[in-house]
Amino acid sequence: MTTLLEVHGLTKRFGGLQAVGALDLRVAAGEIVGLIGPNGAGKTTVFHLIAGFHAPTAGAIRFKGASVVGLKPHAICRRGLARTFQIVQPFAALSTLDNVMVGALNRAGDVAAARRSALEIVEFVGLGAKSRLPARSLTLSDRKRLEMARGLATGPELLLLDEVMSGLNPTEIDEIIGLIRRIHARGVSLLIIEHVMQAIMALSDRLVVLHHGEKLAEGAPAEVARDRRVIEAYLGEEGEPRDAAGRGPRGPGRAIREEEA
Amino acid sequence: MAARAAAVVALGALVAAPPLLPKYFLEVLISVLFFAYLGASWNVLGGYAGQFSFGHAAFFGIGAYTSTLLFLRTGLTPWLGMLAGGGLAAAFGLLAGYLSFRYGLKGPYFSLVTLAFAEMLRVVAVNTKAVGSSLGLVVPTAHPAPHLFLFAGKLPYYYIILAMALGALAVTWVVERSRLGYALAAVRENEDAAEAAGVDALGVKLRAMAISSFLTALGGTFYAQYFAYIDPGITFGPTVSIQGLLPAIVGGAGTVLGPLLGSFVLTPVSELTRALLRGRAGADVMLYGLVLVLVISFLPQGLMGFIRGRRAGGARP
Repeated sequence: MTTLLEVHGLTKRFGGLQAVGALDLRVAAGEIVGLIGPNGAGKTTVFHLIAGFHAPTAGAIRFKGASVVGLKPHAICRRGLARTFQIVQPFAALSTLDNVMVGALNRAGDVAAARRSALEIVEFVGLGAKSRLPARSLTLSDRKRLEMARGLATGPELLLLDEVMSGLNPTEIDEIIGLIRRIHARGVSLLIIEHVMQAIMALSDRLVVLHHGEKLAEGAPAEVARDRRVIEAYLGEEGEPRDAAGRGPRGPGRAIREEEA
Repeated sequence: MAARAAAVVALGALVAAPPLLPKYFLEVLISVLFFAYLGASWNVLGGYAGQFSFGHAAFFGIGAYTSTLLFLRTGLTPWLGMLAGGGLAAAFGLLAGYLSFRYGLKGPYFSLVTLAFAEMLRVVAVNTKAVGSSLGLVVPTAHPAPHLFLFAGKLPYYYIILAMALGALAVTWVVERSRLGYALAAVRENEDAAEAAGVDALGVKLRAMAISSFLTALGGTFYAQYFAYIDPGITFGPTVSIQGLLPAIVGGAGTVLGPLLGSFVLTPVSELTRALLRGRAGADVMLYGLVLVLVISFLPQGLMGFIRGRRAGGARP
């Protein structure tokens, strides 16, 4: 498989704080890679670095063989690497369709073509009935879909999804999992940050675990879930207090345990 | 459609009625269209791109001074001089915009910087003998000549500013529906998300700046020819910046018709307060200010927002 995204030795320091340290990461064309780790592990910072929102302190980021370090986010987007935001950022006053059109104008020759493309994508993500509503009136679940629609409309080869399931109920999560699979079926490779473990385990071909900004483990989901270091990172060191449900200081660890069982 | 029919009737009235109007009403109507024009020019940057300039006087003054100086010194007709002024204002706008946007100035910081640029030009004009310093420049009107943008009566000026205002609204209409319009709306709503969706935020803001400053400068030339006198305080002062942005804000920033509607409400109010409170210095401005406060408190989306809200069955726009 050809390599789409290749990150080597990626490091980001904010003052004295190292957010990401010497990270190596690779996404092949057609792959779904999950990026997991406890809160504060540096996952979103990695997305900011790859998408051009932060400049790395050190390291290389190559997309389709060419370095994207130093490019502005819009230039990276035009090369075919799009992202969503963990905290949804719709263009609040614009309609759902117009939100998606902004993305579609990247590839479309003119406004009419962008509208056709946006209409198709709005239907595709299941917002067809809400295409004329202003984005500010959408529910959280719909806003997450809108984030994905806008990213998808830019015509990416690689789409970075940042916690598109957080805050959603189980039914909504199932729908989003289905949507992610359909996006993948369109030929879009995916790098996904997610705290909903069942979902990320089910979706990913490969998992990369980040802890304190460094790569703790990497491999197939089942392998990673068995990794002692990963379990400790989520649940804390042996002897830390647990509640009755076996929940450690950081919630998602329980899910890993269940997955393992 | 009722709205289209109303627009045709309104346009017909604007074209046909003025020759029949008394001089005073014609002057008020010229003011209405003049501020509608400035509002529409400001709207491209302030309304659509959401970059709230407080210093459009800079472009207005550059336009007024460039065409007037070219006319006085070289005899170049202001019809061409206004294009030179527009070009120069756009160049200055691009420079000022690049310096501000490149270093990430947003919101009130951008407003303050634009205000500072305009004030800077005002101070330069006040202290430069070659441009008449604080005495200003007089446009000789003894020999009216249409090819020199000089007319004997008010009526020709009325039709010129009517054409300019309609032209500015047309430019806005085209921008709104274009690729640029979508990009500007995206930047206004959320610059990071716009970049993530492939919008070159700096590039589109600069394009809005160029269009907006070019148009505003043409307004400066119109002012110089109509009033036949300019000085640094009038053309580069903060008053003209504010008078230019108020119609857009009150009418509805980021809408095509907002500035026109806003000016049709604001300018007569300003004229009326001045006429009613003649002789009580400052009282008219206080009343005008009160009207403004009320309009902005009750109609934060402007008159267009109010109309759209009503049309959408009371839903928020």
